[in-house]
Parts: sequence; structure tokens; C-alpha cells
Amino acid sequence: MTVQTTQPSTLPTPEAESEVRILVAGQWQLMWWRFRKHKVAMGATAVTLLIYLMAVFAEFLAPLPRDYYAADYTYAPPQRLYWFLTDDAGQRTFRPHVLGYDVEIEPVALKRVFTPNPEEVVRLGFFVEGVEYYKLLGLFETNRHFIGPVNPEEPFYLLGADRLGSDLLSRLIYGSRVSMTIGLVGVALSLILGILLGGISGYFGGVADNIIQRVIEFIRSIPSIPLWMGLTAALPDDWDALQRYFAITVILSVVGWTGLARVVRGRFLSLREEDFVMSAGLDGVSEMGIILRYMLPSFLSHIIASVTLSIPGMIIAETSLSFLGLGLRPPVVSWGVLLRETQNVRAIATAPWLLLAAVPVIVSVLALNYVGDGLRDAVDPYSR
Amino acid sequence: MLQYIGRRVLLMIPALFGISLLSFGVIQLPPGDYLTSYVAELSAQGEDVSEAQLEQLRVQYGLGRPWYAQYFLWIKNILTKGDFGRSFTWNKPVNELIWDRLGFTMLITLLTVVFVWVVALLIGVYAATHQYSLGDYVVTFIGFIGLAVPNFLLALLMLYYALKWFGLSPAGLFSPEYQDAPWTWGKWVDFLSHLWIPIFILGTAGTAGSIRIMRANLLDELHKPYVITARAKGVSERLLTWRYPVRVALNPFISTVGWTLPELVSGSIIVSVVLNLPTTGPLLLQALLQQDMFLAGAFILLVSVLTVVGTLISDILLAWLDPRIRFT
Repeated sequence: MTVQTTQPSTLPTPEAESEVRILVAGQWQLMWWRFRKHKVAMGATAVTLLIYLMAVFAEFLAPLPRDYYAADYTYAPPQRLYWFLTDDAGQRTFRPHVLGYDVEIEPVALKRVFTPNPEEVVRLGFFVEGVEYYKLLGLFETNRHFIGPVNPEEPFYLLGADRLGSDLLSRLIYGSRVSMTIGLVGVALSLILGILLGGISGYFGGVADNIIQRVIEFIRSIPSIPLWMGLTAALPDDWDALQRYFAITVILSVVGWTGLARVVRGRFLSLREEDFVMSAGLDGVSEMGIILRYMLPSFLSHIIASVTLSIPGMIIAETSLSFLGLGLRPPVVSWGVLLRETQNVRAIATAPWLLLAAVPVIVSVLALNYVGDGLRDAVDPYSR
Repeated sequence: MLQYIGRRVLLMIPALFGISLLSFGVIQLPPGDYLTSYVAELSAQGEDVSEAQLEQLRVQYGLGRPWYAQYFLWIKNILTKGDFGRSFTWNKPVNELIWDRLGFTMLITLLTVVFVWVVALLIGVYAATHQYSLGDYVVTFIGFIGLAVPNFLLALLMLYYALKWFGLSPAGLFSPEYQDAPWTWGKWVDFLSHLWIPIFILGTAGTAGSIRIMRANLLDELHKPYVITARAKGVSERLLTWRYPVRVALNPFISTVGWTLPELVSGSIIVSVVLNLPTTGPLLLQALLQQDMFLAGAFILLVSVLTVVGTLISDILLAWLDPRIRFT
């Protein structure tokens, strides 16, 4: 942002300039400056964006297709990634690789035991050709993957394999699509309900306010998980993945809207008393006009902050429900569906790496929480 | 005070009515009625049901009549006879299945509330009196992690590490040898050695939130003039903190139990599934997956009612503690 000074002869000092900048800056500009100061929130924003980018480019980033499996590599443990290869002469060269497996079948438990085989080097490359063609962004047909074995037939399991011998890393990357968007869709639905009911409650007050507030208190007083469990269990079994996905977002918003409605109501109540709203009313602006033209812009930022803060809750809820087997089901891949594999102690004992599916959940929830925290501080640019 | 309690109890009636409607809705949602599932279950076991038996059950639960008539019959049976219907997977009255499990759920939830309060109070006071110290930062960071990690993930991690380091499984509330044994001293010790795990896991999220509240409240109080006056009078630092500011800071802290309780109950259900505790969680999940709807409905109804009652009790306690609430 540049500032036009009326007297070019006397150049403003840096401090004076920054003061002028603050005086003329718009609301959003001030928020951005404030947000930028919150280093952790900035970092968290970057992490969140990266996760969403990962969801968009899942086909390219995942080494293997979503439903690819190899029965030979059931519960194969994670491979260690080596960057340098030492050849017979002791010469180290940059050649990323992993080691193939020696497979033995344990006679008693009939369990496959994998040990890395130093002889069997699986060469890795960037932008390598994979086993199948896919459409990147739905436009370009290609079979290139960001990273993968040079020979697509060789095993490459950086985070290990699951019960079917699918690559956990690939499935985690694909899972981000469902897990990260279900929060967005759920929050969008909650937001519509929340703005509508919270707006009515806050702007008109009286009986409507009383009823809506009691309903909110009621919904918040009952434990949400049993309610969600009951509702999702009742979904018909023959529904396809997409129908289930939307049904679950609707079920999550049944509880989700209450928090947003409270924020909207609170803002309406405080704004209703502001001078500029009163003068707009005296000027003869219609009620709808006051709400849309004058009130909405001044609480939009608060809503964005609370929306960000309510996405993590939705992500956790979806993960929990899918983990219990009541939410999304295979063949849909979400982090909760992947975690369902770890539901019994035996699976954890055989393949502890399956617990890694918890890592993206924790990282995205933490990141979104920090972003929301930063936004909440930033939307009051005049505080402190 | 009595007037306040009376008003709160009256306000609870519509909530209870709403809960009963919701629970009944859950029973009604799956396609087909209870009898179809029951007959299917029995014929799967190779048993035949006589027409007369079917007719008797149909009358007993008012099946085939409109939903409000069924609802009325259901709630009447519960209120007058304590009859929650029949579970067809267990082929037993729901009554015989739920009370033990609800008891354990309540016990775990109540102990978790106590755990959360004690830990959050102590750590919150420490963090506030040592603001910006290393300990304060560590506590804040752990708090954030506690908020971000869902309970059931923590339970999974504990399962894994218990298995890896100690070679044992912390699941359940009793060791196998005490499972069906009568209550003896040994069983008590065994029970307590299992009990702390779910309480700890459930407590983390709640504790994290409560520490932040306690810390913020106390920080507001610590710089008020009355504290400075007390300090100027030479009151010792420890007495000074605990006698006045902590007591003032405690009120908003206690009032949050209204929203921690539903969360704890929710969390306890999932954690119980992971740890396979003999509480409502695993049985509710099983009932829902097998569409054993009278059992599921009874659990949802009772868990919600207990939560609302628990919140009511905490509100009354708070009003007793803080006269400002009674008179508004």
C-alpha cells in the first residue's frame, strides 16, 4: 500500500509514515497486519494450505493409486529412505533408494515376517511413471508421480502397508480429500443455519430469541457422540459413498450450528446499539439493508474466525465416527476409515505404523486451531 | 435459593421431553420395525416364532400404530414400570443389560470431573503465579496438544505403548482373573489399577481447557488492588493467593462444567470402545451396528438424561457458591 503525501518536499520519517498508513488503512488491511504479527498463526496457515494442496494434487503426490493393493506385501513395515548409495568401491553417490524385503513365513503364527534386504535396492526417482494413468485436476492425462520407484513393480512403502498390502502413505494423501473437505462442507451448512437462526435471535429478540436460545441450550446439553452415533447408524445401508458423505455433514451440522448461532447473535446484539446502525435506521434504510449493508461487513471477520475454529471439531467428529464404523466406510478413504484398522489390540501389535494415520489428524487440527486463534485476535484490530 | 432451584427444575422438563423424543426418533429411524429384526434374528438361529407370540409382542409395543401412540406407550412403560423394551440380540429385557454399564459410565465420568478440577486448579494456579516462566510455557503447550488430540487417539497410543513397553494390555476395568469374582480387597486394588487409565485419557482434553480458563481468571485477579493491599500488609504469598484471588477465580471455572459434562460423556463412549470398558460405549455401538434399537434408544435416553441432571446439579452448586447467580 502506498501513501500519497500532499507535500513531496518534506518526506515523512518511517514512523510517521507507518502512522499515516495505519490511519488510512482499511479494516481488512489492519487485520492482515495484525494477523501477520502472529508468527505461529502464519506458520499454521502455511501448513493448512499445504494440506489442502495435498488434497488437490493427491493423485500426483501419492506414489500409488488409491485402491492399489499387493497381497504379497500384507502388513509390510515402513521402509527407511536412503539418499545416498555406496557402491562396491566405497563411492557415495546421490541416489535415493529404499531396500526391498526378505519375506519369511513364520511357521507357528503363519505370519509374514519382513526384513530389509540390503542386496535388493529399490531405486527411487522424482516424476517417475506409475502403474496407472490418471487425470491431474481432471484435465491432463498422465501417469507421473512426484516420487516413486523407478520400476513401478518394485515395493515402495515409506509408511508401511495395511491389511491388504496398500501403501499407507498414498492412502493418507488420498484421505486428506475427504477428511479436510467434510469439515468445510459441514461448517458451510452450519453457517447457513447459524447465521439465519442466530440473526433472527439477535436482531429481533423477544420470543423468537427466547425459543432459539432454549433450543441451543438443549442441543448443547446432550452429549453429541451418542446422538451422532444414533443418527449415522440409521443411515440406509444401500446409500452410496456420496450420499453418506453428505448425510454425515448434515448430521454433524445438527449440533455444529449452535456455536455459530451464538456468535452471530452476540454480534447482532452488540452492533444493534452502535451509533452507525441507529443513524442508518434514522436515514430510512430498510431493515434488510441495515443488516446486509452495515452490520454484515462489520461482523463478517468474526464469523470467519469462528468458522475456522469450528472446522477442527468437525474433522475430529468425522474421524471418530468413521473410526467406530458408523461414519464413512471403505472404499471411501478418510483418516478415520484408515484409523479403523487400528481398532483392535492385535492389529496395533502387528502393524503399529497404522497409528500414523493419527498424525495428519493431529497436525491439521492443531494448525486450524492456531489459524483460528490468530484470526480471532486479528479481527479486533483496535484491541490492546 | 429454593426459588432458583425450582425454576431450574421446571426449565429442565422440556429438555427431558426433547431428549425422550430424540431417543425415540433414533429407535424409529431404521427401516422396518423391531419385530422384523426380531423374527429375522430368531429364524437365523433356527427358531420359529408362533403367530400368537408375534401378536402378543405387537400389542405389547404398540407396533403398527402411529408413531405418537408408540412413543406414548414406550415412555409410559419406562415411567410406570421401568420397562425399556426388549433387546433382540441379547433376547433379554433392556433393563437387565444397562444399569451396570450406566453405573460404570457415571463413576468414570464423575471421577474424571474431579480429576480435571483438581489438576486444572493446581496447574492453573501455578501457571498464573509463574506467568511466562518455562513451566507456564510447557503447561500451555501440553494444553494445546491435549485439545488437539482426540481422546480415542490418546487411548490407542496408550494401548500401543502399554503393549510395547510392559507387554500388557490396559483394556478393560478388571484383570481376567477378577472378571467375575465377587468384590474382594484384591479385586478393588485391581479395579483401581485399571481405572486411572480411562480417567487420565478422558481428563486430558478437559484439563487443557480448564487450565487455560483458570489461568486467565486468576491473572485477572492477581493484579487487583485488594491483592496489592494484602501484600502490603505482609500476608504471605501463598496465603495471599489461595485465600482470595483463587476463590474469586474459581466461579467461572466451575460454571464451565455445564459444557464439559456432555463432552466428557461423549468422549467416554468412544474411549470405552477403544479400551473395551464395561460401560455404555461398547454396548451402545454394538446395539447401533446391529440395529438393536430398544437397547440403543435406552442408552441414548439415559446417558442424555444423566448429563442434563448432572448439569443441573452443577448449576445448583454454583448458585449456592455464588449468590450473584441466584438473584439474576
